Amino acid sequence: MTGFYTLFYKEWLRFWKVSVQTVLAPVLTALLYLLVFSHALRDRIEVFPGVDYATFLIPGLAMMSVLQNAFANASSSLMQSKMTGNIVFVLLPPLSHREFFLAYLLAAVARGVIVGVGVLFASIWFIQLPMAHPLWVLLFGIAGAAAMGALGIVAGIYSDKIDQLAAFTNFIILPLTFLSGVFYSIQSLPAFWQAASHLNPVFYMIDGFRYGFFGASDTSPWLSMAIVGGSFIALSWLTLVLLKSGYKLRH
Amino acid sequence: MTPAIEVTDVTKRYGSLQALAGVSLSVAPGEFFGLLGPNGAGKTTLISILAGLTRPSSGTARIMGHDVNGAYREARRALGVVPQELVFDPFFTVREALTIQSGYFGLRDNRAWIDEVIDNLDLSDKADTNMRALSGGMKRRVLVAQALVHKPPVIVLDEPTAGVDVELRQALWRFIRRLNHDGHTIVLTTHYLEEAEALCGRVAMLKQGRIVALDKTENLLRLHSGCYVELRLAGLLPPQLEPLVAERRDDGAIRLALPEYAEVERVMAALREGRVAVKEMEIMQPDLEEVFVQIMRKA
Repeated sequence: MTGFYTLFYKEWLRFWKVSVQTVLAPVLTALLYLLVFSHALRDRIEVFPGVDYATFLIPGLAMMSVLQNAFANASSSLMQSKMTGNIVFVLLPPLSHREFFLAYLLAAVARGVIVGVGVLFASIWFIQLPMAHPLWVLLFGIAGAAAMGALGIVAGIYSDKIDQLAAFTNFIILPLTFLSGVFYSIQSLPAFWQAASHLNPVFYMIDGFRYGFFGASDTSPWLSMAIVGGSFIALSWLTLVLLKSGYKLRH
Repeated sequence: MTPAIEVTDVTKRYGSLQALAGVSLSVAPGEFFGLLGPNGAGKTTLISILAGLTRPSSGTARIMGHDVNGAYREARRALGVVPQELVFDPFFTVREALTIQSGYFGLRDNRAWIDEVIDNLDLSDKADTNMRALSGGMKRRVLVAQALVHKPPVIVLDEPTAGVDVELRQALWRFIRRLNHDGHTIVLTTHYLEEAEALCGRVAMLKQGRIVALDKTENLLRLHSGCYVELRLAGLLPPQLEPLVAERRDDGAIRLALPEYAEVERVMAALREGRVAVKEMEIMQPDLEEVFVQIMRKA
């Protein structure tokens, strides 16, 4: 237990010590998106009846920040440790692959959730936000962060260099999160892109999270939760298999 | 008695490269053991296998009787490793790094021992300094400290004195000798053979993934029972001594290699006979470096 707890604590300290960069900066980025998009599109779109665009945007932006930061925390921590070689400090002790997984996962969820809460808190200063089903908000926030945290561990294990991880982030994570209905309801898309969006698991994370606020969504929250939960379980299984085999960690 | 380290028929292949080609050795508890060999001989691969950082292609390795894969928790708890690379975590101070490291080993309150290690490695002034701000030598000390936080009975040091100044090197060896004296088993790799000669009771020499010599240091030294005579002469070297010449130096000194000590008398007789006056003469014992070079050449 102490080994797991220490690794989690170390991962927590790692981002918390540089929280300007790991927490404040993403909150500010989300606020800038909010400012620019809500100003530009204010009078043009009303996605849900009675919900103006800026209000619609906030949960999506918060969830996008949760997902991106959960991914970034696990992946960059592992990749940096591998590059600098200090990964040996966690490979030499008697930590099991499950403890290793849970510690990195929990730290990723913690950073994602903290950033998400930061975005929500910062934006409700400007815009009133309803919260129809807080439990769904919490569940989707944590499950989404956990799925992306597990994916982050996989990316961190796989990447040997900064540019490999950057490619992972820029060509997979960013498109998946940007094209998940953060900035629009997929109802507004042509049929083909609507269907394509349904293949994107991140869409369900955003949609379910947003349901928690407005009580309205493109898809049933139960279906969304099933898909998000399923993604998390599949990714966790993959991560545990990789960790147990020592892939790219124990040569 | 259970050996501190037991390696049986270990091989390791990376693609077409055979890093270890069947290594077996056993180190008894309390030994000070040297692992020598040129770069690429497989020393670090062997250590990585002991540490669980690398998995052997075949064969087994045990630390205090615990298989490094099957019983990895027990094996790793019994082992402290000082890695060759100067690695550190830039987010933490020295004390934080040591507290975290002992937490990984399941030690909750380890303050007293951490203080002792910090003190013994002369890190007290730097205990609250960030790792980034430390000199190379200081970082090396922290690596040693990190390997010791869980009081492992077996300590492996992979070239701990590479690029370290004389003062630190001596301090380090004093400390490690003390650990050995207190009962810790020490395994050391080094390129400084005088260090190995002074410290290690037993030595294994590796070449291309194989053990080419494994014996007590004194036996290895005795194996090459000859000696060297270094001469500066007023005249030419008598021709009958020509076959003994090991080296002619630019400054005129001649080094003769003698198969045994008694041969010195024959050299003296030849010089007397040839009426060659001796300006300077020195008789030297072979050291581990000499033995090492000879073994590597033969292997």
